Amino acid sequence: MKYGIWGLVLLLTVLHQDLWYWNDSSLVGGIVPIGLFYHACLSVAAAFVWFLATQFAWPLGDADESQPGGES
Amino acid sequence: MTSVIIISGYLALLLLLGLGSSRLFSGSGNDYQLAGHSIGPFMLLMSLFGTTMTAFALIGSTGEAWQNGIGVYGKMASSSAIVHSLCFFVIGVRIWKLGHKHGYTTQIEFFRDRLQSAHIGLVLFPILVTMVIVYILMGILGAGTIVNVFTSGAFPTLFPGDPAARQTVGAVPASLGSLVICCVVLVYVFFGGMRGTAWANTFQTIVFIVLGVVTFFVIAANLGDGTAVENMRATSAQIDARWASRSGTSTSVYLTYMFIPLSVGMFPHIFQHWLTARSANSFKLSVVAHPICIMLVWMPCVMLGIWATTDIAASLVKPLAGLSHNVPGNQNKVLPILVNELSGPVLGGFLSAGILAAIMSSLDSQFLCMGTMFTNDIAKRYFTKGEMTDRQTVFWTRTFIILVVAVSYGVSLLNPRGVFGLGVWCFSGFSALFPLIFAAIYWRRLTRAGAYACIFAAAATWGILFRAALTGNEPLSEYLLTVDLGGTSWDIMPVAAMIVVSSIAMIVVSMVTKPPDEAHLQRFFRGK
Repeated sequence: MKYGIWGLVLLLTVLHQDLWYWNDSSLVGGIVPIGLFYHACLSVAAAFVWFLATQFAWPLGDADESQPGGES
Repeated sequence: MTSVIIISGYLALLLLLGLGSSRLFSGSGNDYQLAGHSIGPFMLLMSLFGTTMTAFALIGSTGEAWQNGIGVYGKMASSSAIVHSLCFFVIGVRIWKLGHKHGYTTQIEFFRDRLQSAHIGLVLFPILVTMVIVYILMGILGAGTIVNVFTSGAFPTLFPGDPAARQTVGAVPASLGSLVICCVVLVYVFFGGMRGTAWANTFQTIVFIVLGVVTFFVIAANLGDGTAVENMRATSAQIDARWASRSGTSTSVYLTYMFIPLSVGMFPHIFQHWLTARSANSFKLSVVAHPICIMLVWMPCVMLGIWATTDIAASLVKPLAGLSHNVPGNQNKVLPILVNELSGPVLGGFLSAGILAAIMSSLDSQFLCMGTMFTNDIAKRYFTKGEMTDRQTVFWTRTFIILVVAVSYGVSLLNPRGVFGLGVWCFSGFSALFPLIFAAIYWRRLTRAGAYACIFAAAATWGILFRAALTGNEPLSEYLLTVDLGGTSWDIMPVAAMIVVSSIAMIVVSMVTKPPDEAHLQRFFRGK
């Protein structure tokens, strides 16, 4: 699952380079340029991918969640 | 005058918040510098988001969209949505764990321990402090300008200004505006420490997110005689393809711009905020919601920027006609003009408070971080042999905060407008050091010599490229490198070269030098 999450993060990075909408100035809903709308959706997708990351690839175990005070 | 009353009320509220938070102060150095590791998920999100967003998120994003179109969103907002959360997830959570385990407060304490290098601070400290001071100067100068613009006409007797320039008449001078903002931030940071900073950041971040959205809808409603949605459609229909697409943006610059948000991983003030978290789980909300917060602030501002290029906006907002895309600085006037002309003085006052909120929510963390670094990395390390009581720690942190504010304000009086061109170079410098913090956490083979090599290589590459930018014809912020690949020339951001060189230097030197002791590594890595 962890590798799947990192695959999704990589996919987000690739999707960020959206050459396919580079010169497209059409409007979504008659209001938002499609390139901007696409990147707003990408922001939402990023939030979803990071949600999955916190659920399935959290870097710490339960034992790490509460640590004793500093030693130095 | 309405703006002045609203800004004054807002600043008074901030002071009350800072003083209120100080009532919870336990008196310990840890409590002052790290809020006693008591910050929960929501306040951590607001603190991190507020600290990473500056006035650029409101004024700059609108102006850049007006200047170059929608490309600014992908370049700076959706890239940050991916990379900032990546930094919180990959670096922040681990740093929180190590910080709790070993009692770190500053980045240098971590590097000194991890690399077994007593004096790495002597190399890192001046680099980090210089770059943060540039960042602080941008905030102080920006705040002065905002106060100056939004108080125009309020005090004609006190500040007669230049009658030839109507905007300056009755406006609070920028230097005085900067002083007021510095004093307000100083008071709540001085008394409230990190807790005051976190409380103020939370309040201010909510203010500028809400005001950004409200401003958008109010302006949309006043862009014509129809409903807000009808007005939006009518105005959007007039946007020229140049602004509604990225036809004017280089794909290779766009790609390499993605390295800039990595700077968040090396900001010393963000490092300190990470350590304030109550638990590692507190990070989850920040990791997930940060991209949404970015979208909420940036989307409305970018839309306003491209609407400002249309004939409808030009016919309704006369001062827009006086702005030229070829005059530097004109783009920063777009949002204030739209607000002044289409929303009235009350929203104008609130928006100016929102913009100041965005600036102050970064300044406070930077002031506190500087005070903490001077106390822990210099005074405690070199003048008191590592020994300091809680009382002394708080005293010295407060003293250094006052000094940093005074020196920064003093330098800002020299009006070094060139610092705005240094912004992207400042972020590039932090990004160039990102491989160091990443390797310190994840690469057991990183050696002390490798770390020094990384720092020196980053500094040298930065210096060489910066010198080339200084001697070039284009503005500092627009300097690009050109690389030939497959017979084609590509423009790239200088930060890409900095990261490649610092990474190679770190890896090569680490591989040819003696690995760290296994027993020492056990303190930082689980298993082998």
